[in-house]
Amino acid sequence: MKLIFERSRPGHGCDMLPANDVPTLQPAAEYTRQTAPNLPEITEGEISRHYSELERNSRGVNNGFYPLGSCTMKYNPKINDEMAALPGFAELHPLQPPHTVQGALQVMQMAEELLDEITGMDCMTFQPAAGAHGEYTGIAMIKAYHKKRGEGKTRTKMLVPDAAHGTNPASAAMNGYTVVTIPSAPDGGVDVEALRAAAGADTAGLMLTNPNTLGLFEKNICEITQIVHDAGGLNYYDGANLNAIMGIVRPGDMGFDVIHLNLHKTFSTPHGGGGPGSGAVGCKTILAPFLPRPVVAQEGGTLVLSNDIPDSIGKVRSFYGNFLITLRALCYVLTLGQQGIPAAATGAVLNANYLMRKLATPAEIAYNRTCMHEFVLSMKTLKKETGVSALDLAKGLLDYGIHPPTMYFPLIVEEALMFEPTETESIETLAEAAEAFRALVALAHQNPEALHSAPHSTPVRRPDEVGAARNPVLKYDFAR
Amino acid sequence: MNFPANLKYTKSHEWLKKTAEGTVQIGLTDHAQNELGDLVFVNLPSVGDALTVGESFADVESVKAVSDVFSPVTAVVAAVNELLLDDPAMINTDCYDAWLIEAEGIELEDELLNAEEYEAFIQEEA
Repeated sequence: MKLIFERSRPGHGCDMLPANDVPTLQPAAEYTRQTAPNLPEITEGEISRHYSELERNSRGVNNGFYPLGSCTMKYNPKINDEMAALPGFAELHPLQPPHTVQGALQVMQMAEELLDEITGMDCMTFQPAAGAHGEYTGIAMIKAYHKKRGEGKTRTKMLVPDAAHGTNPASAAMNGYTVVTIPSAPDGGVDVEALRAAAGADTAGLMLTNPNTLGLFEKNICEITQIVHDAGGLNYYDGANLNAIMGIVRPGDMGFDVIHLNLHKTFSTPHGGGGPGSGAVGCKTILAPFLPRPVVAQEGGTLVLSNDIPDSIGKVRSFYGNFLITLRALCYVLTLGQQGIPAAATGAVLNANYLMRKLATPAEIAYNRTCMHEFVLSMKTLKKETGVSALDLAKGLLDYGIHPPTMYFPLIVEEALMFEPTETESIETLAEAAEAFRALVALAHQNPEALHSAPHSTPVRRPDEVGAARNPVLKYDFAR
Repeated sequence: MNFPANLKYTKSHEWLKKTAEGTVQIGLTDHAQNELGDLVFVNLPSVGDALTVGESFADVESVKAVSDVFSPVTAVVAAVNELLLDDPAMINTDCYDAWLIEAEGIELEDELLNAEEYEAFIQEEA
């Protein structure tokens, strides 16, 4: 399809302004730009068609089942958007004086209180704009903690299991830590003895997601966090998989000192198109002095934004993070309430186990245990027998109106397909998806070629992923 | 799959070729490039960098994942194959011509496999 810049025609536009009847003022040269911005000139009707076409070419949770593992593509209740669209929230200016935004500050305070309760933390910041940003922030707080205690130079290593999300070692490395990889045990959990051997006086901390990326609960979690604490390190909880356990068990009670939440995933705000997200970071009291500033505080009878945190790691984002995402998350928590939050988690776990058992025959379950909110299949044998890869199968699912699962992750499973159905899918949807998958595996044996070229019925066929990675075109070339 | 008899191999899927000048060339095996799939990016060390047996000296990125490449020798980097930086696909088309680095001053060498042993090893691993 055409880009919006290619649809642009000089003189086209959406408005007809009356002739200017007031004096004009030319600002000083230093305040004026030298070239006009290259904005597309386009009529309202064409804009509408352009975005409708973009929508037809893409696939989201509103189009169909979206079991993209580790991404928690659940249904986002429309009431959240309705609340975020209220003019009193949507039209706020970030620099308004605090006494005019008491309601918004109260939203941040309430969200902090409720999310602290769900996670077992004491304080929270909403500045980080997404999960990896939250990880970076949390690890920076761990670093500040060790520095304050005079151990900044000696605690140089961050322990990260080999099943971790790739963002974990990246966040540790960006903070200047040496990453030590901890292998997985045969049951898919952390190898506790290997962790014990790696932990020591040079350990700054451990980064862990629980359930892990194989969708398995770390059975030895309290022993794991204790080993790190005994070595003088702190435990970081990657909240990407919180959907499996929210309202059931709390990271704070498992021995974690600092966590991030993907509010856009677990607490249901629209995501997957590049944002905006929220990687809220919660911590125990020992790390509170290092939180990014400002924080919401009570001063007399009013709420204020306090910068009085001398040991703060500073600001990690402009203003207060993506405020309207915090608001949507609060709305979600209040809607579900004390019964609804754990019910969502158990529903997610039940759905994942149902789908895993349905797929156990045509595929191989990488770690055959009761799973949490997601599970990983290995298509290794199918590839050997038919030449049809995990990628081919994933593309084939699109012909059934199903978004592909996560592919080739975690790295410790060959030809991996990772499914996360979420709690908002019905048993009928899951059964239909299992039928589709079965049909594709049968097709792989009969006519592998048909799957190498799948999908066949989508507006966008198979993109040239290699070409896109080798020769990325990242911006529109106006000179052309 | 092709495993030339004049090369030595590691269990982490690198090949080693001794040159007449006493240096060694190091690259990725046919099995490795096949498992990785189409390579899109290669990150190489600099000439003069120290290599340690069993430690990562480069990484290669495919559409699927980023993987470390491990050194089979303790030595010093004598040359890097800069052609790969522009055209990482050379590793997919001819992995035994597409050497990653050349090493000199070899102090220590990992336990290496011959072609037959390596082929048996990957059969067993599968």
